Amino acid sequence: MKVRVQTADFDVGEEVRRLTLGQHDIGAVVTFTGTVRGEAKGRPIVSMTLEHYPGMTEAELERIVADAEARWPLSATLVVHRYGELKPGDNIVLVVAASRHRHAAFEAAAFLMDFLKSRATFWKKETTADGEGHWVDAREADEAALARWAPRPAASD
Amino acid sequence: MTVQIVYFAWVRERIGKPGETVELAPEVATVADLVRWLRAQGPEYEAAFARPELVRAAIDRSHVKPDTPIAGAREIAFFPPVTGG
Repeated sequence: MKVRVQTADFDVGEEVRRLTLGQHDIGAVVTFTGTVRGEAKGRPIVSMTLEHYPGMTEAELERIVADAEARWPLSATLVVHRYGELKPGDNIVLVVAASRHRHAAFEAAAFLMDFLKSRATFWKKETTADGEGHWVDAREADEAALARWAPRPAASD
Repeated sequence: MTVQIVYFAWVRERIGKPGETVELAPEVATVADLVRWLRAQGPEYEAAFARPELVRAAIDRSHVKPDTPIAGAREIAFFPPVTGG
């Protein structure tokens, strides 16, 4: 399974080991791990709760993985995203892209994260020490980041 | 037409429920029409859709724009811009 949405934590080393087991065409593995920051707008947070849209989240992540696989020669791809209540320092998301060479793996990992951030149906709510919850606002920079992945002209290579 | 509507994050909180089944008249043809119809259903809906540009929509688990027709939809979702990752 290339996409998992779960409450449980993940172990980056174990995920990479299982993903690449027995595959000898891989020369580069890039991983990205997103974690919970302990402060928001200068105020300490005690927890972050992630809500998601079961069914759509998985479908959207699978579409993003398929797009990446159509674009780069990837030997293995994995996206794991957690939901539920998390604490500062906890893992939120893992993206792994493996390929023969490093450029495809680096680019595919960045592509997967950029599209995940602006398309995958997750919402973060931060709780501060006073017990108040605040929904995190989407950043315009995340939507703007997609521009770098505009389809290249077909004649370029 | 009968359609299932689901809400997430602060849209869900403002409306006060995770979803509902609604019966729509044929003149409710697009996502934007549905937002206008929902806004008229009570103050909690008015609060959720007060700034419609801040609410995103999906039909049958794919993102859609406000001008998308809703004919044939089984499940329509409304939610804030996503903030995962």
